[in-house]
Amino acid sequence: MKHTISAIVENKPGVLHRVVGLFSRRGYNIDSLAVGTTEKTEVSRITIVVTGDDLVLEQIIKQLYKQIDVLEVFDLPQNESIERELALIKVKANEKTRNEIAQLAETFNARIVDVAEETVIIEVSLEKEKVENLQKLLEKFGIQELVRTGKIAIQKGGKNNG
Amino acid sequence: MTIFPQYDKIPIQMKISGAQALIESLKKEGVEIVFGYPGGTVLPIYDVLYGEKAIKHILPRHEQGSTHAADGYARVTGKVGVCIATSGPGATNTITGIATAFMDSIPMVIITGQVATPLIGRDSFQEADITGITQPITKHNYLVKTAEEIPRVIKEAFYIASTGRPGPVVVDIAKDAQVNKFDFKYPDKVNLPGYKPTLKGDPEQVKAAAKLIAESKKPLIYAGGGVIASGAAAELTEFARKLNTPVTTTLMGLGAFPETDKLALQMLGMHGTAFANYAVQECDLLIAVGARFDDRVTGHLPSFAPKAKHIQIDIDPAEIGKNVRIDVPIVGDVKQTLKELNALIPVKAGRHLAWLKQIEEWKNKFPLSYKKNNFIKPQYVIEMIDEVTKGEAIICTEVGQHQMWAAQFFKFTKPRTWVSSGGLGTMGYGFPASIGAQFGRPDSTVFNIAGDGSIQMNIQELATAVIHKLPIKIVVLNNSFLGMVRQWQELIYEKRYSSTNLCNNPDLVKIAEAYGAKAMRITDQTKVKAALEEAMKITDGPVLLDFSVDKEENVLPFVPPGQALNEMIID
Repeated sequence: MKHTISAIVENKPGVLHRVVGLFSRRGYNIDSLAVGTTEKTEVSRITIVVTGDDLVLEQIIKQLYKQIDVLEVFDLPQNESIERELALIKVKANEKTRNEIAQLAETFNARIVDVAEETVIIEVSLEKEKVENLQKLLEKFGIQELVRTGKIAIQKGGKNNG
Repeated sequence: MTIFPQYDKIPIQMKISGAQALIESLKKEGVEIVFGYPGGTVLPIYDVLYGEKAIKHILPRHEQGSTHAADGYARVTGKVGVCIATSGPGATNTITGIATAFMDSIPMVIITGQVATPLIGRDSFQEADITGITQPITKHNYLVKTAEEIPRVIKEAFYIASTGRPGPVVVDIAKDAQVNKFDFKYPDKVNLPGYKPTLKGDPEQVKAAAKLIAESKKPLIYAGGGVIASGAAAELTEFARKLNTPVTTTLMGLGAFPETDKLALQMLGMHGTAFANYAVQECDLLIAVGARFDDRVTGHLPSFAPKAKHIQIDIDPAEIGKNVRIDVPIVGDVKQTLKELNALIPVKAGRHLAWLKQIEEWKNKFPLSYKKNNFIKPQYVIEMIDEVTKGEAIICTEVGQHQMWAAQFFKFTKPRTWVSSGGLGTMGYGFPASIGAQFGRPDSTVFNIAGDGSIQMNIQELATAVIHKLPIKIVVLNNSFLGMVRQWQELIYEKRYSSTNLCNNPDLVKIAEAYGAKAMRITDQTKVKAALEEAMKITDGPVLLDFSVDKEENVLPFVPPGQALNEMIID
């Protein structure tokens, strides 16, 4: 089962190495990883999507807590969190297909952020599955280049994780 | 030389170099001895150490030796072991020592020099990314790039190394940070928001454990290195006697409970006693105290203690349920938790008599034993060491057959008298560790029990032992084999003794003598005791006793890998 783990860590050199090293040496698979700053300058947030059963998840959380620079760790429940991935997709386009692509993008709440003679770039920020759906639908036009961030997530409502 | 001869103590603020700040910080932490090897990037530190009186510096002959010595010192004293190495190869030579300490949760601070900050990341001479390299084998590590950080980092390093589940901490200090001057002030406390070990067990869990204990008919205490680390041997003994419950210890737990006690089952696991292993398989409640269900202990995991409920007391939450499902986990300091449990257990005579009778039968039927013949039996040598020392000795070992025989046949009665690489299984550990142990406990008799393979892995430390007149008794159980590997080849690989024959060994007596140590070769079993007695009389330096033992003796019992504990080979 996939879990989204959010780790609040001290903003110090080597922290990411520690976290990633922990996953690789204990044999936990990282499906995606996103790191960024938070509302506090002294801490960062690492969002990691992992696959594993409850025992594996428990060990991952405990092992993360053992790292001195890790302050807090959460397993974000899927239905109580807002989850997003950002993708930038460069699609082959010409005068004939450009409109169709634009319509498709619109239905996904995606934006065209660059138009060139032979390509357009679509920016989309959605749940992972929807990003993948859009990607699939764009394939027939020819995807020239695609870049995706790892998932970031935040708990809904007043609960404040970190 | 003190840095400020004109002052009794350092003024609160004073400009000093990073290297001076390091040594002052070590003094603030109560460090009396460091084991280190100089080199280019630690020259400023060694300049401060020159003539330093408050901190004794010991120069081993290899950086690996200094780490094991610091580790041995830490194991016998309970204090933080400290060592120093230069950058690059000096630092990489400490890796085995750091990993050894990490696997056995030994508190150490390893100070390494690093090339100056403008040179970092440029593949400079003797540059190695030691914080990167040691990241998976340290409790924590630091790369210090400015002198100002040194006091805080040293304070934190000692705090992290010695609290919670102890472990090694590497402090890598760039050379310019050692040279630059700043206003030194040692912090009073640490500020580590991400590090707060849980010492007090949840009272509800402690009550739940007491309830399980009260309901149990066949309880068994399984005690590990956590009992030693926590200083809880007295509490464990009270717990066991109050409950009238047998105790088996792991290799790391030797000395946590007196093996002379009738409740003692000695070691369990792959080379544990048959009665300990049978007790594990039959008990209805297993109380794990500071132990981590290692594969050498459990054998085939699903078959381990199949009839038992499990209580686990451990300071490290990540150890709870890592390998075995636990019914009542208690995260907390072992000593404190046992005190609380002891207070909850009512005094009641005659507990578990039927269970103890069953165990007594196993003890009588399957004692630890060996068959005598015309050769010197390695087990006999260990028994004689126990006899001539009256059980009062610190036993340091390497890794292999001799280690298991020492664990089996010496009767350990006190904590911090057993110094052995349990988790990593480091050959070459024991001799340098015995040097650290002798420095830590100068009035104790220290033995290094070794095999002919292991002793050659750090034999250069004979120089260190001779120079410092350390009266270590080095006992080599010489079978001209890498004995443990040979045993596996005999039992599992049809006696195909691939690369385990050491019949071309050098003359160890001559080697010892060349270093200026005393040495004897013993080939006759009737002379074993006399040789040990003679060795005990030597107090002005090390003595090496080269015992030519029965070459193809095996360590038994033996639970073949992947088998259940009750499927052991007994004879």
